[in-house]
Amino acid sequence: MADDRDRDEIAVAEFHKKIKEAFEVFDHESNNTVDVREVGTIIRSLGCCPSEGELHDLIAEVEEEEPTGYIRFEKFLPVMTEVLLERRYRPIPEDILLRAFEVLDPAKRGFLSKDELIKYMTEEGEPFSQEEMEEMLSAAIDPESNSVLYKDYITMMVIDEN
Amino acid sequence: MNSPNLEDMGCGTSSATKDKKSEKALKAALVIQNWYRGYRARLKTRQRYALTIFQSIEYADEQGQLQLSNFFSFMLENYTHVQEKEPGLVTRLFGSSIQDKDRQDYLELIEIPDSYCGPRLQFPLTFTDIDLLIEAFKQQQILHAYYVLEVLFETKKVLQQMPNFTHTNTSPSKEITICGDLHGKLDDLFLIFYKNGLPSVTNPYVFNGDFVDRGKNSMEILMILFVSFLVYPNDLHLNRGNHEDFMMNMRYGFTKEILHKYKLHGKKILQILEEVYTWLPIGTIIDNEVLVIHGGISESTDLNLLHRIERNKMRSVLMPPIPMDGDRAEKKNKLGTTTVAQGIRTSGSFSEQLTKQEWEQVIDILWSDPRGKRGCYPNTNRGGGCYFGPDITSKILNKYQLKILVRSHECKPEGYEICHDGKVITVFSASNYYEEGSNRGAYIRMSSGTTPRFFQYQITKATCLRPLYQRVNAIESSAIRMLKERMISRKTDLIRAFQLQDRNKSGKLSMGQWAFSMENVLGLNLPWRSLSSHLVTTDKDGNIDYMSGFQDVHIQKPVKEVQSTLIETVYRYRSDLQIIFNIIDSDHSGLISMEEFRSMWKLFKSHYSVHIDDSQFDELAERMDLNKDGSIDFNEFLKAFYVVHKFDQLTKSDTKLA
Repeated sequence: MADDRDRDEIAVAEFHKKIKEAFEVFDHESNNTVDVREVGTIIRSLGCCPSEGELHDLIAEVEEEEPTGYIRFEKFLPVMTEVLLERRYRPIPEDILLRAFEVLDPAKRGFLSKDELIKYMTEEGEPFSQEEMEEMLSAAIDPESNSVLYKDYITMMVIDEN
Repeated sequence: MNSPNLEDMGCGTSSATKDKKSEKALKAALVIQNWYRGYRARLKTRQRYALTIFQSIEYADEQGQLQLSNFFSFMLENYTHVQEKEPGLVTRLFGSSIQDKDRQDYLELIEIPDSYCGPRLQFPLTFTDIDLLIEAFKQQQILHAYYVLEVLFETKKVLQQMPNFTHTNTSPSKEITICGDLHGKLDDLFLIFYKNGLPSVTNPYVFNGDFVDRGKNSMEILMILFVSFLVYPNDLHLNRGNHEDFMMNMRYGFTKEILHKYKLHGKKILQILEEVYTWLPIGTIIDNEVLVIHGGISESTDLNLLHRIERNKMRSVLMPPIPMDGDRAEKKNKLGTTTVAQGIRTSGSFSEQLTKQEWEQVIDILWSDPRGKRGCYPNTNRGGGCYFGPDITSKILNKYQLKILVRSHECKPEGYEICHDGKVITVFSASNYYEEGSNRGAYIRMSSGTTPRFFQYQITKATCLRPLYQRVNAIESSAIRMLKERMISRKTDLIRAFQLQDRNKSGKLSMGQWAFSMENVLGLNLPWRSLSSHLVTTDKDGNIDYMSGFQDVHIQKPVKEVQSTLIETVYRYRSDLQIIFNIIDSDHSGLISMEEFRSMWKLFKSHYSVHIDDSQFDELAERMDLNKDGSIDFNEFLKAFYVVHKFDQLTKSDTKLA
């Protein structure tokens, strides 16, 4: 039992250091605060994949009573530690991602046209901003066919991450 | 259209199918969006980490200046003592062999060959000369040394008439544009002029220092700026930056650029440039409200004092005024003022230097950085100036009834940044400063009574921007490379620190222990845990094999038999050695004598507390077979110490590693 507790304590300590590091990189003025618009990036950089809705809720938890546009580390740390300990917002496995693309390609052509991708990404679910859409297209579009060969795309992204 | 459709008839099945289909599509879209946002965030974070690495290393390098500065002070203070032991060396170091910098002498000696097809300026200069230069530089032509020198002489003459701070006013119909660091990036200047128009009486500019070093077109930028200044002296304002300093240029590339582009007359250009820098104004004040200076302020910043000092006595950050207490002054007099004064170009007499207080005031202006923490602290990252908090900003701005401080000096991802409650604006105009894709550049347009407007841009070599992940990969690998080279240059110290913590001699440390040692020895405040995957191997328990960090990099050994510690030390201090060699080599031939090489090394060694056998060093120099008539080609010497990255080698050829 004591061993388990020790291990937990060590795990929490390491989580704290990891969270602190990630936070500090975005703490431009070195005063233990970050712009609220960068909190999503920090959370995702720690390996979590909340949806936009879930992110919105998380931000509400760490914001001040009267939102200042800045998030303080003292409020961020305990909330984020819980998220990591509970292993919340796990990232999407590769095969689920592939199946998602296949759902959007019922004819099983092996690709999505540029327009189709744009339509789904900007009209369904939690729509992309123009910037997000452009960025995804720049990497996803195969210039020869002007379409998204999604299987290749996924493989490429996964390799890049690892 | 009219005939009934099975799908349309009966709501139950068909719309349920439709709903189910669209629900599936919705879920699928959500999955993809969620995944993509996570991926994109991680890319942005990697980009930020890379920038943090670049920045930390850049500032740590600047801190090295302090050590070098101390070395020079040490030498000057011990001048006579050193003079006895190594006669000639210090004179070479600080003596000025060319006293006469008269313009006529220089210009008469230079002939422009008929074959020269570069731009030809016509004095007195007009706006056509500005256009001429820009067109010529776009075609990568080089301005002849004759014109460079003419421009420098003229610029110095006009600058001498100007006060330490330029005062200027705007109006709703005459906005002013403020640009930050350019660092030799000519494309950025072209882009600014393209977007914002050329300087003119109705389109005034302030260029806030650091025009030179690092980029490869410092000379061209300087020429365009100086010519524009000469054509519009009341509408193009130049502030001195910390890189407008002949010693900084020796380390950060401008000196090299000049000597390379101007093989015949480079030396003369360098000499005049040194002086022109000292005449650049310290700052600009707009509408009595906006203070524009390169670095920042400190709690003791005294604008009245700064208005009064003789700014041209500030030669270099590496040449602080020598303490002139009673004893010392007497000592120097005893040994004969003639010995001391003769040939020393810096501080032979009291009247040639600023007081310590004045000097520090200028350093603060050129080197300080704003931070969120209140108060004023020595800027340990850079080794000069200080960190100033929002309270300092308020205090100083209020004291002089100013509203805003505009400064540069720090690279910002978006090209600009506002802090201290909107009272401090940083503007940085060199896009892709560290690496392609690292950051945007920006400039500000403002006039009294209106909110400043910011304009951003980013130069890209390709006709279309590469996808984000490729750009991030590029800057990430570049940053990691730099970091690895840093590690290898401190290998001995790092291993010692690791082994101290590794009681069981297992070769492994916990993440915390490893991060602690890395931060302490390298002196870099970086996110070590996040970076560890790029630098070392970790086992399944999360422990780090610390020697793995040195596996795929090593310093090329110019000579096999020489100790690694010597190689490491020379590699580590190669920038400092570069500067020292350049100063000793006063005729810029690239060669210094073997005795000078040896004596300089001995002095360097004792001051930096480096424990290397003299004999080892001699052996190294001899074996590298660099003796050319008793002279050492020091550029070749230093170039021979470079870091080999294992994976570069493998892709290039099958040669075995040393």
